[in-house]
Amino acid sequence: MDESILSPRDFDSHPAYVHPPYRSSIKRGPTLPLIPLKEKLRDQRTPVYGTDDLGPLDHDLTRNAARNGEPLGERIIVTGRVFDVGGKPVRNTLVEIWQANAAGRYVHKQDQHDAPLDPNFLGAGRCITDNDGRYRFLTIKPGAYPWGNHPNAWRPNHIHFSLFGEYFGSRLVTQMYFPGDPLLALDPIFQGTPEHARDRLISRFSIDTTEESYALGYEFDIVLRGPNQTPTER
Amino acid sequence: MTFKETPSQTVGPYFAYGLCPQQYDFDLKSLFTPELVTPDAAGEHITLIGRVFDGDGHAVHDAMLEFSQVDSEGRYPSTSAEVANMGFRGFARVGTGTDPQQRYVVRTVKPAPAHAGDAPHIDVVVTMRGMLTHTFTRIYFDDETAANAADPVPCAVPAERRATLIARRDERPGNVVYHFDIHMQGERETVFFDL
Repeated sequence: MDESILSPRDFDSHPAYVHPPYRSSIKRGPTLPLIPLKEKLRDQRTPVYGTDDLGPLDHDLTRNAARNGEPLGERIIVTGRVFDVGGKPVRNTLVEIWQANAAGRYVHKQDQHDAPLDPNFLGAGRCITDNDGRYRFLTIKPGAYPWGNHPNAWRPNHIHFSLFGEYFGSRLVTQMYFPGDPLLALDPIFQGTPEHARDRLISRFSIDTTEESYALGYEFDIVLRGPNQTPTER
Repeated sequence: MTFKETPSQTVGPYFAYGLCPQQYDFDLKSLFTPELVTPDAAGEHITLIGRVFDGDGHAVHDAMLEFSQVDSEGRYPSTSAEVANMGFRGFARVGTGTDPQQRYVVRTVKPAPAHAGDAPHIDVVVTMRGMLTHTFTRIYFDDETAANAADPVPCAVPAERRATLIARRDERPGNVVYHFDIHMQGERETVFFDL
C-alpha cells in the first residue's frame, strides 16, 4: 500500500486548459505539456481540518448570514455523496460551496451586476461528509447572471464546489448545475467540458430529498481520484 | 474503475467570500489562510512572495493558490492537536486580489526534505478565473543547488525550463523572502505537473 499511486487524472473527463469560446482561458491556460509526476499516496498530503473548525450553521446558507430575517428566494436542499473512482465513499472530507443569491448577485466586491444584494444571504457554506460520504446543504436557488464573455452572455444557475478528497492530487473545483436549464447549451464554461461528461455536472431533482412544505431537493454526487487500481492479471 | 471523475469547472472570479473570506474581509471564518505556520513553528521562518502572470504578461488579480509542505524537520501534522503543538498548519490558501500589486504573500518555514534524496520543496495548486481545470506546480529553492540536482523531479524537467520551479532567496533584515512568480504562458511558462 505504501507504494501505491493515485489513479491517473482522467483528462478525458475535464475541460481543456485553453477553450477559446471561454475567452479568459485563452491567456491563462498553460500551453506546454504537463510533466508527469507520479507521487506516492503516502506523500500526498491534504490539509488538516475537523468538524471543530466549522460553525454549527456553516452548512445552512439560509441561516448562516441572516441578520434581520430570512434570505429571499426559493429554498433548496443540495445533497449527494462523494466517491472515489473505485466507488468507495470519501468520508470526513471537506466540501466548500459558494454561489450567487436568488437575484443572481454575488456579495463579492467585484460583482457589479445591477441586481440586489440580500442582507440575509452571504452565499458561502461548508460541511464535512459523513460515514457514507454524504454532504448536505440548505440554501437558496442561485439566480442566473450576465457576464462579459460575449454579447448577451448569461451564466446558468450554478453552485461552486471545492473538495480536497483524501490526497493532494484528488483536489477538485467544480460547479453544480440544475436540470433543464436552457442556458446550459449556451454556456462556454459548461460546454467546455467533453460532451460525454457534461451530465455529471447536472444535479438531479429528487422528490425523496424534497421536504414537504419546506424545500425542493437536488442530488449531486461527486467522484474524485482515488488509489490506482491495477487490473488483475489472468 | 467503477466511477468516472466529476469534471472540473473554473473557480470563477468570485471565490473570495467562500474560500478566502478573512483575507478579503468578509464576515466568515477562513478555514485556510496565507499563514502556513504560527510564529512558534520550529525552523527558519520565510515569506514567499510572487505574482501570477497571464499570457500577456499582466498580473492576475483573481488567482487562488494553495501551498502544502512538510516542516523544517520533514514532518506533517495529522491532527488538529499536532497542528497546535507544532505551530505548523502545513497548508496555506491565498488569493491574489487583496495586494495592490496582485502579489500573494505566504508566511511559512523553509521545509526539510520529506525523504532522503528529495530536495526541499513546496507543492502548489494553481487556479483562477479562466482556468477550467486547476494545475499543480512546485517551488524549489535556489540555495539548494546540490539537492535540486539530485532530486529526480526537477531532473525530469527539460533543463531550459527548470528555472521556472526555483524560488529566489532574498535576505532582508529580520526576514528571509523567497520570490516565486508563476507564468501561465509565454517564454517563461512555469512547469506544471501531471500529478
